[in-house]
Amino acid sequence: MIKAIINYFKEIFTACRTLITGMKVTGYYFFHPKEIITQQYPENRATLQMFDRFRGEVVLLHDENNEHKCTGCSACEIACPNGSIEIISKKEIDPETSKPKKAIDKFVYHLSMCTFCNLCILACPTDAIKMSKSFEHSVYDRSKLTKVLNKPGSKIMAGIKE
Amino acid sequence: MNFNIYDFTEFIISIDNWLKQLLSPGLAKITGMALIGVTFLLFVTLLGLSIVYIERKVCAFFQQRLGPMRVGFWGTAQTIADIIKLIFKEPLATKNSDKFLFNLAAFIVLISPFMVIAVVPFAKGLHALDFDIGLFYVTAVSSLGVTGILLAGWSSNNKYSLIGAMRSGAQIISYELSIGLSLLAIVILTGSLQLSVIVESQRDGWWIFKGNIPAIVAFIIFIIASTAESNRGPFDLAEAESELTAGFHTEYSGIKFAFFFLAEYVNLFIIAAIGATVFFGGWMPLHIGNFTFFNEAMDIIPPIIWFFAKVAALIFLLMWFKWTFPRLRIDQLLQLEWKYLLPLSILNLVLMTIVSLTGWHL
Repeated sequence: MIKAIINYFKEIFTACRTLITGMKVTGYYFFHPKEIITQQYPENRATLQMFDRFRGEVVLLHDENNEHKCTGCSACEIACPNGSIEIISKKEIDPETSKPKKAIDKFVYHLSMCTFCNLCILACPTDAIKMSKSFEHSVYDRSKLTKVLNKPGSKIMAGIKE
Repeated sequence: MNFNIYDFTEFIISIDNWLKQLLSPGLAKITGMALIGVTFLLFVTLLGLSIVYIERKVCAFFQQRLGPMRVGFWGTAQTIADIIKLIFKEPLATKNSDKFLFNLAAFIVLISPFMVIAVVPFAKGLHALDFDIGLFYVTAVSSLGVTGILLAGWSSNNKYSLIGAMRSGAQIISYELSIGLSLLAIVILTGSLQLSVIVESQRDGWWIFKGNIPAIVAFIIFIIASTAESNRGPFDLAEAESELTAGFHTEYSGIKFAFFFLAEYVNLFIIAAIGATVFFGGWMPLHIGNFTFFNEAMDIIPPIIWFFAKVAALIFLLMWFKWTFPRLRIDQLLQLEWKYLLPLSILNLVLMTIVSLTGWHL
């Protein structure tokens, strides 16, 4: 009987303690406005830094000599679940061995169909493509969302093999 | 007219005399009543607008957000924009709903806060009514709001609304007991139910400090039970968004929805005002016994500022509760009242009687 009464009051005190613990957490946030994570988007456009794992759109990386790492193996095209990537390849004479070799003609990327699942990036054997952090994709015409990722006149980097 | 920020008694009497000079006695009385009514309407509207803004801002800060930022400076005009939108929206009613009760319910929920706000002493001499049974009147009238909620739930012809209304009914009927008992603990000390007498009795210190442990326990019980009575989180089962869409006001739109919203926030103000009056001395500045110098320094701040500062602090505490604690289940809610709050408040009442009889309070 007495034990039950002690337990009753103990329950009340532990309940109060846990409630106060919760209030401490929210109270800390209230009195520390620096903890606020909301970003005022259009105002902070100039200084906006997207986080590392953000998936904006697929880009084909080019270096300063206008060379990329894409071999045209179309692993990304196969990996893509909704067909947003189309690799149009061509045969090209390799200057070193003077034999015909497969290379990309056009790396077509349909942004309008992409779900940003990251599977193409994981499938790429040469790390030629990656997700960029740009996210302002709105355009007035749907056709502008179909992009050719390889820059005109670009060619494959030396030493990249399938 | 002699306006004095520290004592409104003469100011109110001078307005009364001025009306009596201008008009016949009967007409003067009606004009006076209309004047008070319009004042309260304006006050409640402004209060609703500002509390909604403050609530949104405070809740955002508790959740590491910024809240409304676009309309006006730091989103200050957001609630005005909201109310304009609500005014222009179409008031819809569900098929086969009881149209008369459906329309009436929105007004009934607003009636009870208006009736309570009449007895709230805002400053010395600044109250519409000063009943000698003030506190009894407050507890009696504040529970009338549930009629509006029950009517709204019943007449909507919607099962969610009805469940929400029934929950609200069960909740308010049970928590009414604890509110009454916790307020009674202070009434034992004051010996009066009149709100102006209760305020006056705290001239040498507020009851929360003077009343020993039972006063603090009574305050804690009061704040929990009154949160439940106003259907605010963590006791917002009546509208429980995740289960009942919006509970009793699911089917309301436009300005009638705004009435429910307004009633909720005016109730919040009333709870804080009653709590501040009974436990924190109402408009009475912070006085410590016979410490004359300190007391006079505190008297420089006008009583009306003291009142609103205390109310604001209590509202902040209630918002803190709402945005921290998770919602209770209906069985937990009733368990909390009948197994914990009610026995504790009865025990507290006995303890307070002992304290009062032995003179352990200051």
